[in-house]
Amino acid sequence: MNKTLTISPSPHIAQGDSVQKIMYKVIFALSPALIWSFIVFGLPAIFVTATSVLTCLIAEWLIQKFLLRTTPSIKDGSAILTGILLAMNVPGNIPLWIVIIGALVSIGIGKMAFGGLGQNVFNPALTGRVFLLISFPVQMTTWPNVTKTVVDATTEATPLNIIKEGLKNGKPLTELTNQIPDYTDLFFGNLSGSLGEISTILLLLGFGYMLIRKVISWHIPVTVLGTIFVFTGVLWLANPDRFMDPVFHILTGGAMLGAIFMATDMVTSPMTKKGQIIFSIGIGVITVCIRTWGAYPEGISFAILIMNAFTPLINNYIKPKRFGEKQNGKA
Amino acid sequence: MLKTFKYGGVHPAENKLSAGKAIEQLPLPKKAAVLVSQHIGAPSKVVVAKGDTVKVGQVIAQSAGFVSTNIHAPVSGKVLKIDTVTDNSGYKKEAVVINVDGDEWLDEIDRSDTLETSINLDAKEITDKILQSGIVGLGGATFPTHVKLMPPSGMKANILLINGVECEPFLTSDHRLMLEKGEEILMGTQLLMKALKVKKAVIGIERNKPDAIKHLSKLATKHEGISVCPLKVKYPQGGEKQLIKAVTGREVPSGALPISVGAVVNNVGTAFAVYEAVMKNKPLFERIVTVTGKNIEKPSNFRVRIGTPVNELIEAAGGLPEDTARIISGGPMMGKAIPTTDVPVTKGTSGILIISEEAGHRKPVENCIRCGRCVQVCPMGLEPYLLMTLSENKKWGKAETEKVMDCIECGSCSYTCPANRPLLDYIRYGKTSVGQIIRSRK
Repeated sequence: MNKTLTISPSPHIAQGDSVQKIMYKVIFALSPALIWSFIVFGLPAIFVTATSVLTCLIAEWLIQKFLLRTTPSIKDGSAILTGILLAMNVPGNIPLWIVIIGALVSIGIGKMAFGGLGQNVFNPALTGRVFLLISFPVQMTTWPNVTKTVVDATTEATPLNIIKEGLKNGKPLTELTNQIPDYTDLFFGNLSGSLGEISTILLLLGFGYMLIRKVISWHIPVTVLGTIFVFTGVLWLANPDRFMDPVFHILTGGAMLGAIFMATDMVTSPMTKKGQIIFSIGIGVITVCIRTWGAYPEGISFAILIMNAFTPLINNYIKPKRFGEKQNGKA
Repeated sequence: MLKTFKYGGVHPAENKLSAGKAIEQLPLPKKAAVLVSQHIGAPSKVVVAKGDTVKVGQVIAQSAGFVSTNIHAPVSGKVLKIDTVTDNSGYKKEAVVINVDGDEWLDEIDRSDTLETSINLDAKEITDKILQSGIVGLGGATFPTHVKLMPPSGMKANILLINGVECEPFLTSDHRLMLEKGEEILMGTQLLMKALKVKKAVIGIERNKPDAIKHLSKLATKHEGISVCPLKVKYPQGGEKQLIKAVTGREVPSGALPISVGAVVNNVGTAFAVYEAVMKNKPLFERIVTVTGKNIEKPSNFRVRIGTPVNELIEAAGGLPEDTARIISGGPMMGKAIPTTDVPVTKGTSGILIISEEAGHRKPVENCIRCGRCVQVCPMGLEPYLLMTLSENKKWGKAETEKVMDCIECGSCSYTCPANRPLLDYIRYGKTSVGQIIRSRK
C-alpha cells in the first residue's frame, strides 16, 4: 500500500463548530430586534447600521493588511457583529460621520490595538459607544420621536431620561410615570431609544435562539437582569415615591441588549460559570448605581466595561472545581 | 436519575456501526510480528531464538520486572527473526516475527466452549495465573492486570468495577463481547473479586447498549455481589476516575491511584481474558478488534491473533476505501493515528478506525475567542486554554500548580474548540515536561 496517511495526535474528530459559525449565530439572533428597529426608525436606521458595519469591516481589513501584516480575517464575522452592535447602541437619527468615528474607535482601539479577535480586554462595540457618548453627548442622547405615525425630526427623551431629569428637578414620581410609555409598549418596542434597545420581546427571542443553539448559557443574562431586578426592587420597596419599580428597570434602556448581547461577549467575559455569575452581579449592581445616583440616566455600558476590566482578575482567582480536590472522597 | 460523572464531558456522534455484527474469527496471518512491549512498563525479555519452533500459547518473552508481563506466541510455526518492526507510534520496536505453520496449540489449553464455573484457586494463585498469562488492561491502556490486583501495603480494595462503558465513538468490541460472552465475563469478574478479596463488583455500561445491560443484568442475578449499573451516555464515562465517580460517588484525589478510594477498575475484555487464562489455561494471545469507519464496506468485530498486520483486518472488512486520510488504532477520541497498515495488532488494539479525506484533516488554527468551552467540558475541572498557553510559553511551574498532571488526555477540549486550537497537543507537551521536572526532584 503506497497511500500516504495523515498522522497527528488524538482526538481525531472535532465537534465541527467554528468561530465563524458562532459569530453568524449571534448575528442571526440579533436580526429580529435589528429589523424591528428598521421598521420603527426607517431608512436612517438602515444607513446607520450599514455605515457602522462597513466601517468596521474596512477598518479591520486595512489594519490587518497594512499595520499588523497578517492575513485579514474579516470573514469570521466578528467585525460585522461589532458593527451591528455599535449601530444598535446609537440613536437612529445620528449623523453618519459620528457612526464612522465610533466604528473606527471600536475596531481600531477597542479590538485591533490589543491584537485582534480574542485579545481585547473591553467589548469593542461598547468601547466605541462610550467614546461617542462622552465625545458627542448631545447627538448621542437625541432620540427620534416614534410616538407619532411618521418619524419626524423632533426629539423625544427615553423613559430613563424622563425619570432621571424629572427627579432631579424635584417632580414627584407619580407625575413622571404618566409621561412614559406603559409596560406593554416597553415590552413590544413602542418607544424611543437607541436602535437595539427598544424591543424587549425580540431581544428575548434572540436570547432563546442562542440558548437553544448553545451559543451562550443562561448564566450571564439571567444574573445581570436578576441583579438589576432585585437591587431596584429593594430600593422600590424601601421608597416607592423615589424609585421606579424593578420591572421598569429591566424593560428600559440597554438592560436587555446589554445583558443578552454585550455582557455575554465571550472574549471579554470570564471563563467559568462561577466567574460569569460574579461578573454579572457586578454589572447589575453598577448599572443600578449609575442609573440611580450617577450622572447618566443609563449605566449598563459603563457597568459592562468596568466589569470587563475585572475579567482577567476573575479568571485568575475563580477556578473550576478540580476533580479530586477534596481528599475525603466526597464530592 | 441515571448515574454519570459530574462535570465536563462531551457527546460526540456515537457511530456504533458494527454494534450488530457478531464477532468473527479472522483467518490466521502468514506472518505474525509480536512486539515485546505491548504493555505499560518494562518491555518483556525475549526467550526464543531465530529458528525455534513455537506452539500457540508458548511464552516467547518473559516479564522483566514488577510492572511488566509475559508475552505468548499467538501462532505456531518457526521464529523467522527477532528484529524491529514499526509499531503504532511510528517507531521501530523489537518484535518476534513468526512464520505461521498450521495452528498447533499447547496441550494444556482447553479449547472447548464449555463454561467452567468452579473456582479452585486462592487469591494468590489467581493473581499468579494472571501474571503468567500476560493479561493487561484491554481497554487500551494495557496496564498489567496483576499489578492492579496487588495493592500497595496499607491499601485495600472494597469494590471492583468492570468497565463496559465503551464511551469511545465507533468501537463495539466490548459491546459484542458482553452480548456473546456474558457468562464468561461474569466468571472473570468473580475471579477478580476473589483475587482482590472484595465482596462487591459493579459492571458499568452506557445506556446506549440496552441489550448488553439487559443481558448482563439477567446473568448477574446468579452471581452474588455482582450488579450492573447503567450510565448516562457521555464521554469520557469510561475514564477510570470518571467511572469510579459515576458508580460510587468517590473522587480519586489528584495524583493518586483508584485504590486510594478502595476501587479497582478492569475492562470487560480483561475480565473475559482472566476467565480464559484461569479457567481454560489460555494465555492472552488474541483479542476482539472492531474494524470500522463511515466508508468501510463491512464494519466488523474480529477475534484476532496478536501480531496480525492491520491490513489483513482491513481487507477482511472490505478493503481500504479509496479516499482514506487516516487510520486510527483505537477510538477517534484517544486512539493513535498509525503511519502504515503494516503495524501489527497488539494487546491494546481495541479498534481500527478508517477516517476519510473529508473528515481526516485538522482545520486551520484561529485565535482563542475565550468562549470557555474547553473549561466547561474538561472532566477533570482543568482550564485547558490556560494550560495550553502555559505550555506554549514553557511556564512549567505555573502549569504544575494549575494541575497539568491531572489531565487524562481524553481530548474533550480539542474536540470542542471552535477555533480548532491544538489544546491537548500542548497540554501533552506540558505534561511530559512537568513530569520530567517532578521526577528529577526525587
